[in-house]
Amino acid sequence: MDLALFERKSEFEWHIRPFGRMRVPGVIFASETLLREMDAKVYEQVANVAMLPGIVEASWAMPDAHWGYGFPIGGVAAFDADAGGVVSAGGVGFDISCGVRTLHTGLRLADIEAVKMRLADALYHEIPAGMGSTGGIRLDATQMDAMLRGGARWAVERGYGTAADLERIEEGGCMHGADPTKVSDQAKKRQRDEMGTLGSGNHYLEIQQVTDVYAPEIAAAFGVQAGDIVVSIHCGSRGLGHQIGTEFLKQMVIAAPGYGIALPDRELACAPIASPLGQDYLGAMRAGINCALANRQMLTHLTRQVFAQVLPQAQLPLLYDVSHNTCKVEEHTVDGRIRKLYVHRKGATRAFGPEHPDLPVALKKSGQPVLIGGSMGTASYILAGTEQGMRLAFGSACHGAGRAMSRHQALRNWSGRKVVDDLAGHGILIRSPSMRGVAEEAPGAYKDVGAVVDAADQAGLARKVARVKPLICIKG
Amino acid sequence: MNAIARWEHFPHQADVGVRGLGATLTQAFEQAALALTAVITDIADVAAEKMICLSCEAPDDELLFVDWLNVLIYEMVTRNMLFSRFEVHVEGGHLTAKVWGEALDVARHHPAVEIKGATYTSLKVAKQPDGVWLAQCVVDV
Repeated sequence: MDLALFERKSEFEWHIRPFGRMRVPGVIFASETLLREMDAKVYEQVANVAMLPGIVEASWAMPDAHWGYGFPIGGVAAFDADAGGVVSAGGVGFDISCGVRTLHTGLRLADIEAVKMRLADALYHEIPAGMGSTGGIRLDATQMDAMLRGGARWAVERGYGTAADLERIEEGGCMHGADPTKVSDQAKKRQRDEMGTLGSGNHYLEIQQVTDVYAPEIAAAFGVQAGDIVVSIHCGSRGLGHQIGTEFLKQMVIAAPGYGIALPDRELACAPIASPLGQDYLGAMRAGINCALANRQMLTHLTRQVFAQVLPQAQLPLLYDVSHNTCKVEEHTVDGRIRKLYVHRKGATRAFGPEHPDLPVALKKSGQPVLIGGSMGTASYILAGTEQGMRLAFGSACHGAGRAMSRHQALRNWSGRKVVDDLAGHGILIRSPSMRGVAEEAPGAYKDVGAVVDAADQAGLARKVARVKPLICIKG
Repeated sequence: MNAIARWEHFPHQADVGVRGLGATLTQAFEQAALALTAVITDIADVAAEKMICLSCEAPDDELLFVDWLNVLIYEMVTRNMLFSRFEVHVEGGHLTAKVWGEALDVARHHPAVEIKGATYTSLKVAKQPDGVWLAQCVVDV
């Protein structure tokens, strides 16, 4: 990216002054190095988002931003319904409420070393992963609608976890305002066999070890210490979310001219929040969020069952569950006035600061845990929301490393078997049904997540709390 | 004219682009469908043993192309199948197709990735100056 395109407001904040049809400035949070390496498409996409009706304050991009669909991946934008604001299916993406959750285990490395291979094999056996895998239950129409309304709360009521899990999930595990009648039969059919499945691509379940603690007080509030073994699950709303995204994207593209919206890019497909189509999408998208929350809850249950067999002394309470592809109604202060806004985060993590009313009591002082996924073989990070971040980008932070090269290029560079063998040499066990999939997801195909997290920390978006490294990775 | 019918992938930072080329718009659509299967597995390993009929419609050729790929993605997931042969007809924004394939066998097909949806990114359906039809877009994986 050409740095001359930007006005540098601080070491980590780069502004695009409004031009053309832009209604607000564009802002990219990044170090100079990250910005230089960033795809030029991000500039274009940040500017395009700034053209949408009713956008408030700025079109933001997080330090891991890369070329996405309409919105950049790593994009954040808030809209005011009372100012003609829109909701965008493209601004949420196909994998609605894709996210990360992390579980404690109460174990240390010495506890798992002797059974590591057995644990990897048992997890791989029990966690449905990859294309064509199916979950343990098939939902009928009534159960499907109950799941879409209830989210993780539905799952807990059916025995997949405990009530204590719910307070560690955004929205208490149940997204309000979900409307299963706005979810098509096709989307429901696509989900019928996919409850409790991991998916593929960059989705994973990892057993990880905490290697470093940077903010001991916050880490203590999170219950995290160096040497701890934790479990992280990265996945989303599976086929249901993908189908909702597909269908509403098309409807919004076709309807936009009728709403007087000139789309700078078809992928920015949107509708006024106040319109019937906007409301239908919100109802369906929130059902998609509940699907993702229920799915991660069911995977958590399967994980606990495996631990009960292999390491019965382990307890696996939930540290936190974040979603990084959403549109949520939140209150934020704009020019000294509190406004109700529809905040889109596309490949960006909500990062509420200390004392935010939506945080559970135990996390009020520390701020919200922000879980940043790595890629197979590379570190992941735990951050915390900050007061400053609430002002910088309405309480938002990065979500992961982002790819540095295409799948095509990765296939040329690596063989899946060699990646697995090399990682085994570093003590990381990979289990996957597809060696080609492993090659496409090779750690070297991703950017350095450490640089992204450092930029988020130094920009003030979220505070770095701990680093974890993988020991076992189940890949789809 | 079959000599110009071919498919290819083109790079996208996070995902992958599928491109079909052919003497006609429908041939370009058929070739792009092969590219779609090739995102998941080697087409040569997918037997064309069972035929199903599909249809979709859209207000223009580009939206129709995305719809065509999305119908295929939907049928792959809900039928648990992979497809390797395609016959497409388009008339007045309405597409009908016969597609042949077989049940997904994870042990044999080693699916690299499942596809979430076809997108409007790098979307193009056009007859190029050399007379060859091109149909392409990025698919989200």
